[in-house]
Amino acid sequence: MTLLEVKHVRRSFGGLVAVNGVSFSVNPGRIKAVIGPNGAGKTTLFNIISGLLKADAGQVTFKDRSITGFKPYQIARAGISRTFQNPSLFFQMSVLENVMVGRHRRSGREFAACCLRLPGQPKEERSIREAALAQLDYVGLAHLAGFPAGGLSFGQRRMVELARALATDPELLLLDEPASGLNTREKENLGALIRRIRDRGVTVLLVEHDMTLVMDLSDDILVLHNGTIIAEGSPVTIQSDPKVISTYLGGEFRPPEEVELALLTGERPDTAPGARVVPTRSSPVGEGAVR
Amino acid sequence: MSHRLKALLPFALFALALVAVQFTLRATGREYCLTQLTMSLYYAIVVIGLCLVMGYAGQVSLGHGAFFAIGGYTSAVLTTHDFSRVNATAWAGALRQACLLVAKDDLYGNQIVTASPWAAFLAAMLVTLVIASLIGYPALRLKGHYLAMATLGFGLIVYKTVLGTALFGAADGINGVPEWKLGFGLTVSGRSALRVENYYVAGALVLVLLVLLRNLIHSRVGRALQAIHDRETAAGAMGINTAAYKLRAFVLSALLAAMAGVFFTHYTGGIGPSEASAFKSVRYVALAASGGMASLWGVTGMSTLLNYLSFRGLFGSYDNAVFGVILITIVSLAPEGPLKPLGLWVGRLVGMRSTASQTKQNNGDTVERVPTTVI
Ligand SMILES: Nc1ncnc2c1ncn2[C@@H]1O[C@H](COP(=O)(O)OP(=O)(O)OP(=O)(O)O)[C@@H](O)[C@H]1O
Ligand SMILES: [Mg+2]
Repeated sequence: MTLLEVKHVRRSFGGLVAVNGVSFSVNPGRIKAVIGPNGAGKTTLFNIISGLLKADAGQVTFKDRSITGFKPYQIARAGISRTFQNPSLFFQMSVLENVMVGRHRRSGREFAACCLRLPGQPKEERSIREAALAQLDYVGLAHLAGFPAGGLSFGQRRMVELARALATDPELLLLDEPASGLNTREKENLGALIRRIRDRGVTVLLVEHDMTLVMDLSDDILVLHNGTIIAEGSPVTIQSDPKVISTYLGGEFRPPEEVELALLTGERPDTAPGARVVPTRSSPVGEGAVR
Repeated sequence: MSHRLKALLPFALFALALVAVQFTLRATGREYCLTQLTMSLYYAIVVIGLCLVMGYAGQVSLGHGAFFAIGGYTSAVLTTHDFSRVNATAWAGALRQACLLVAKDDLYGNQIVTASPWAAFLAAMLVTLVIASLIGYPALRLKGHYLAMATLGFGLIVYKTVLGTALFGAADGINGVPEWKLGFGLTVSGRSALRVENYYVAGALVLVLLVLLRNLIHSRVGRALQAIHDRETAAGAMGINTAAYKLRAFVLSALLAAMAGVFFTHYTGGIGPSEASAFKSVRYVALAASGGMASLWGVTGMSTLLNYLSFRGLFGSYDNAVFGVILITIVSLAPEGPLKPLGLWVGRLVGMRSTASQTKQNNGDTVERVPTTVI
């Protein structure tokens, strides 16, 4: 049984084909990583799955139901939640309120009920607050509940965003580079946290450049390059896959140990002779461009 | 419990301020000022509604003058127009039974049949609901300031329509709008004997609306609106139907404007085309900005004060220009409204360093804190 099925998805921007006929599936209860050099199309793929971008062609199926062309909120309600490559908190709100927004789809009082505090509304409000607090506690930030979200450190923002995504009680969690910008200790905590999330039954699909984390955490890995999948499999197979090796190490053959080393250090010799890797960009596109 | 009391405190202070103003004016023999203050309070309702759209849903409406006028004109027409020609029909009988149609004498002693003020009020709300939905639906499905453009065009259409239609009294507007018996012995009327009563009716209405909106803001819906304002993409990814929420906030706010129009028209006994002009709509935006957009109290206070000063003729023939200047000044110097920086400044003078440093932390993320842009 598969939870998420992506079939022949394609998306171009002007002349650039960012995602070019990508097909893969995600099995429930697993951690799957999508890796690939800068500009490979990872974020674009996430944006398509979560409905922020429309695919030019192809289908996305979630729990045997087509979600192709769904609006972001419909996809969220179907059970897919995500975080963004740039932590995308509501900066005018407190940390707790941010996470409370995550409970939106798990509550239902509308304008009239909220204005008039109709019976049941205060109770629902309390349960939203409690669930959000529990989620904050889960990521270890309960002590920051009342703090303005704009005043958090980068790492804390990532964690609050994660708590907010978890507050929707998703079945599938998409994490776009959750470890980038975190220090070593924060990364270790994150790895443990993601594993705990998986163990509580949430399937995780993550994009990540930190190879230590990826190799350590993932059950499956998907390698994307120039918008196409060049390899898929367990961490061990990926580390010895010749195509992956040439993508990451620039054409010439190298012994597997050296490849593993390069992957582990996250080294991407984009400038190596013969490399066919899209130049590194400093600022991620994708999410921002959707606005 | 003390948390609850703390939340109630500003409302109690507002009520107290209303009473204090009335007593002061009575003591100084200037109770006539209450008339203009009452009108200012009705205008404040429009601005409070706009605050919901601008400060929370992050959209700009340049058509709130038009919604005010739609409310006012609908009830003015229905309560002054003679329906005696259809009076004999069966459905008119049913309407009379339901007290929606009333028979009375006009200025010249002729028997006429008009809609009752309550019926006219309901009709005004219904008309506004339909029109606001029709304008908001296409404009709010898109990201960006399409609503500002759509409402601007809409406002101009309403203005020209009112001005060019005999039914709406053309340039003269509609006069002779009857008083409105609300029930509980309360009457919306401009009679000087009812001046104090009407001041408190308007004040109580504002107070009730503020309570309801405060409830809304501190709820699931309020957070959703604020989330849309802050980051629409992330709000959608959290399962919020952004287009639907923006539309509902806009329609609610249009309804508040129309409601203010209905009360205002019964209070002043008439309505003229200037209420629908773009000047008025821009004025409401300026007032919302001057109160800090997302601050209900700031908006209520500033809007009542500035409209009152305008009624007193303080700005002379520069009246509309003054509000333009206010808008420009606030957008360029204090996008979050003048009250917050002023409060900080006062706080620093008094030496409340803790408040200042906390807010600085609050502002740490300067890039993300894009101020609410106007137009
Ligand atoms: N909205 C957009 N408009 C135009 N081009 C885009 C847009 N989004 C992405 N691209 C382009 O599509 C390609 C894939 O971008 P994408 O952000 O998906 O890469 P990525 O794999 O997430 O890279 P990174 O590791 O840097 O985050 C890039 O060349 C990028 O410039
Ligand atoms: Mg990316």
